[in-house]
Amino acid sequence: MNALVLIQVLLILVVILVVARLFRSRGARAQAIRRIGLVVFAAFAAVSILFPDVWSRLARLVGVGRGTDLVLYALVVAFLSFTVTTYLRFRDLETNYTRLARRIALSEAPRPAAADDDPAA
Amino acid sequence: MSTRGTSTDDVWLVVPLFNEESVIADVVRDARRTFPNVVVVDDGSSDRGADAAASAGAFVVRHPVNLGQGAALQTGFDYARSVPSMQWVVTFDADGQHQVSDVRDMLDKARAEDLQVVFGSRFLDDRTTPSRMKKLVLRLAVGYTNITTGTKLTDAHNGLRVLRRDVVERLDITQNRMAHASELVAQIGEMKVRYGESPVHILYTDYSKTKGQSLWNSVNILVELMFR
Repeated sequence: MNALVLIQVLLILVVILVVARLFRSRGARAQAIRRIGLVVFAAFAAVSILFPDVWSRLARLVGVGRGTDLVLYALVVAFLSFTVTTYLRFRDLETNYTRLARRIALSEAPRPAAADDDPAA
Repeated sequence: MSTRGTSTDDVWLVVPLFNEESVIADVVRDARRTFPNVVVVDDGSSDRGADAAASAGAFVVRHPVNLGQGAALQTGFDYARSVPSMQWVVTFDADGQHQVSDVRDMLDKARAEDLQVVFGSRFLDDRTTPSRMKKLVLRLAVGYTNITTGTKLTDAHNGLRVLRRDVVERLDITQNRMAHASELVAQIGEMKVRYGESPVHILYTDYSKTKGQSLWNSVNILVELMFR
């Protein structure tokens, strides 16, 4: 029972951390962390091909019954973070795209007499 | 107190337009009898509605691609802001469900009571008769908006609003799609400005019924608001 609680706490923590980090951090550091994460993930994937047992041992360590379950959990977390990153990236993209389209629209629009350009647009 | 005697030159109607070719010319012509300044923001329509609006006498701003109604409103705000004589912006729907006489009453109210924002509300009198389902959706929506924005409104998702220049200058709608109405209320709530509500009559024509906000749409709005 205790062991099950451990994995649950771990997973919830990871999910919260991933989401919080994705929501807050931008720029070079976040990108570097993502890339390091990807390299570590790839390395671990290679290791687990050579030593399939590694998942089971890790699973027992955190209190999950089987290695496959742990892989599933890891996949859920990875997929969730992918979804959030993609959503945020698309949203940022849309914001920029909107600004661009609005600028084009306003610069081509007919003006009433004696109107100045709006610098805040 | 009536605007009928006073000038309406400082009022700008902002009309987001998306594929309403059949009605937009009449809407613009009718509105311009009272309010000569109409800016129609064509949101990448595939029909010739923008040309119809222009020939009816509106200033037309054309989005090169479809961005959404919220984006169209913000473009209209930016346009109106660039007109130095503008004192009031009115957000007005392109499909003919809003009444020009309601706008006149709202402006009278804003001027008489020195309000910076007047929201139209369907629920202050019994002229508007939405279906029961629509009523429920709107009630839930306004409840959510009131809780999250700290405002007290009876109808937060009404497209008819009167905004004073100082408010328009501070608005920045970033929710391109459905959630812009809530976002607008939220931004006005944060500004701590004087706002009020005025009864309006929404004509649910067969035409406008085929669009509008369904229950499914309110789910989308909720998600868009949560992941701002």
